[in-house]
Amino acid sequence: MVNQAFNIMDCALIAIATGEKAQNLRELRDQLKYIHPGCLYYHFWGGLLNPHFDDPEFQNDFAMWASRYLHDSKISEQLSIIDPNVFKDIEDLRREVIEIIEERLYTSDHVPWVKTGQEFHFIRSQIVIFDTGVSQRDPKDFLKIIPNMSLGSIYYHFIDSRRRTPGNKNDFSVWLAGFGDKYQGLIEGLDNIDPSFTTLNELRQEINFVFHNYFKRRSDGKSA
Amino acid sequence: MFFIITLKEGLMESLLEQYAHVVGNEVIDHLRQLANPLKGMKILHINSTKEGGGVAEILNRLIPLKIELGINADWEIITGEKDFYQCTKKMHNSLQGDRDDISPSLLSAYERTNLQNFERLKKKLEEADIVFIHDPQPAPLLNFCKERKGKWVWRCHIDVSHPYRPVWKYLREYIKDYDASIWSISDFAQPLSHPLYLIPPSIDPLSDKNIELPKKEISDFLDSWGINSDSPVVTQVSRFDRFKDPIGVIQSYRLIKNYVPIQLVLAGGGASDDPEGKQVLQEVKTFAGNDPDIHILELPPDAHRAINALQRGSDIIIQKSLKEGFGLTVTEGLWKGKPVIGGDTGGIKLQVIDHYTGFRVSTPEGAAIRVRYLLKHPGTMKRMGKNAHQFVLDNYLITRHLREYLTLVVSLTFGSKESIELKLPAH
Repeated sequence: MVNQAFNIMDCALIAIATGEKAQNLRELRDQLKYIHPGCLYYHFWGGLLNPHFDDPEFQNDFAMWASRYLHDSKISEQLSIIDPNVFKDIEDLRREVIEIIEERLYTSDHVPWVKTGQEFHFIRSQIVIFDTGVSQRDPKDFLKIIPNMSLGSIYYHFIDSRRRTPGNKNDFSVWLAGFGDKYQGLIEGLDNIDPSFTTLNELRQEINFVFHNYFKRRSDGKSA
Repeated sequence: MFFIITLKEGLMESLLEQYAHVVGNEVIDHLRQLANPLKGMKILHINSTKEGGGVAEILNRLIPLKIELGINADWEIITGEKDFYQCTKKMHNSLQGDRDDISPSLLSAYERTNLQNFERLKKKLEEADIVFIHDPQPAPLLNFCKERKGKWVWRCHIDVSHPYRPVWKYLREYIKDYDASIWSISDFAQPLSHPLYLIPPSIDPLSDKNIELPKKEISDFLDSWGINSDSPVVTQVSRFDRFKDPIGVIQSYRLIKNYVPIQLVLAGGGASDDPEGKQVLQEVKTFAGNDPDIHILELPPDAHRAINALQRGSDIIIQKSLKEGFGLTVTEGLWKGKPVIGGDTGGIKLQVIDHYTGFRVSTPEGAAIRVRYLLKHPGTMKRMGKNAHQFVLDNYLITRHLREYLTLVVSLTFGSKESIELKLPAH
């Protein structure tokens, strides 16, 4: 089965302050109702491409703020477990975050506050996408390409893809499906990578490992 | 002057190729791709000093890098008399929170100086596709440039999280008409109707201030200042400025000295646009007295290798600022694999992660206790130093800074949508 070429894209992200901030959980909920949808995108995914602390202990900025500054481990844990990839769109994700916070406010004796200087700042982002001019037709060629892919390309094809593709998939899997069942094992391997709690560097290594493992098994004559 | 080419193994290496050795080829390829649609564009940067201070250091390297990427980048400074610098220093302090009004005569000097500089730079300012105006000193230039062709961006390098309102209101009248502004962290961003971009600054790993140095050169520098290897060295490098709290650092030193023998180094270079430096230096000398273990070094603005040697020869870097824009001396210390004890303010909060790259403190007592803890645990110091170097490599080198500037220019040039897709040029 012949498939069209995979065009390797790259992207760069720039953060933009909205000037909106929250000093307690109630303000966070109120702001979330109306805040620019780009803020949810940024606070769930954007941090991966921006300067950040090395250890991605939390899955999103809301959970991190709740833990580090509100010192409310319950709400932090509930926010941290949200998987943004399972929601149909940003508005669905927004509703989920608001509901979790409302539930916490309902069951809490008091509204936790942070001191001045520790407010949650709502940030949105702009993403610039560009074609690298490199395209591939043979999945095996990715063995050479992935180790040298920019982190922007990894972000675009593995993270940003989830808001562009049916079923919130990564671009590699969507493209490989165009070959029919031929690369089913590789698709499963890629789909099984959890993009949470990781850095783009680590993600690149994981993708590379899946490709290597798959083609090694095939060359060894084992079922891939 | 702008292209720095070195001979390496008989081959001429471009600046970008040299950076590839530090950050990897893929990072450089990424920059080239991003810069492609910007080739030939006229980008002009304006600030108020060519030497001394973090802004000049960044521009010194950012401009040649942009040129190498095919962008027509240029850098000009505005100049003024004593009353202009008095005004901008007061403005700087007030924006960082000092409740200090500025007299009408100083404000008049500020406006007059900007008009004079506009007349001198008129042609360049009018013709540029993008103009970056750094900090408050040249902010009114936009007001005079009625025939401007390009987009203008105000870049704020200082901590304006809690400005003295009358002074901010005055400055805001000049800032509000810019097409965008850039802030180092979101805490600083003031409400304005244009986009507020967030771009932290960076350090240059290939500059004299940050490159690896031979051990002999480090020890020679330390010897020349009378710093010995008998006891640990704790160093703060910064301008002699009250917001850097040099007096508080000496107070910390005295609290440590009761328990552990140490040497304290306070090293400061003067920025040519800072008229208060001498007075603060005198206060610091008086407070230090004749303690032979306190070394106060007055270094010229171009003493980059000396500062590098000093940071590398120190055991712990301290930056006990009360207010800080970003704190590039913190970044420099982290890059050299040193744990940093920093004031819990401004950009230091982004860089010093408690128990990971150092400790953030709020008092001289806090700084003293953290220094004592680290000196007692050399293994922890080593681990933090390793984390610190990697943290800067991943986040705060000039290549990341350049990438964000290029992204911003693309964003200003090709539309303000959330997602901008650049097409490959047709072949």
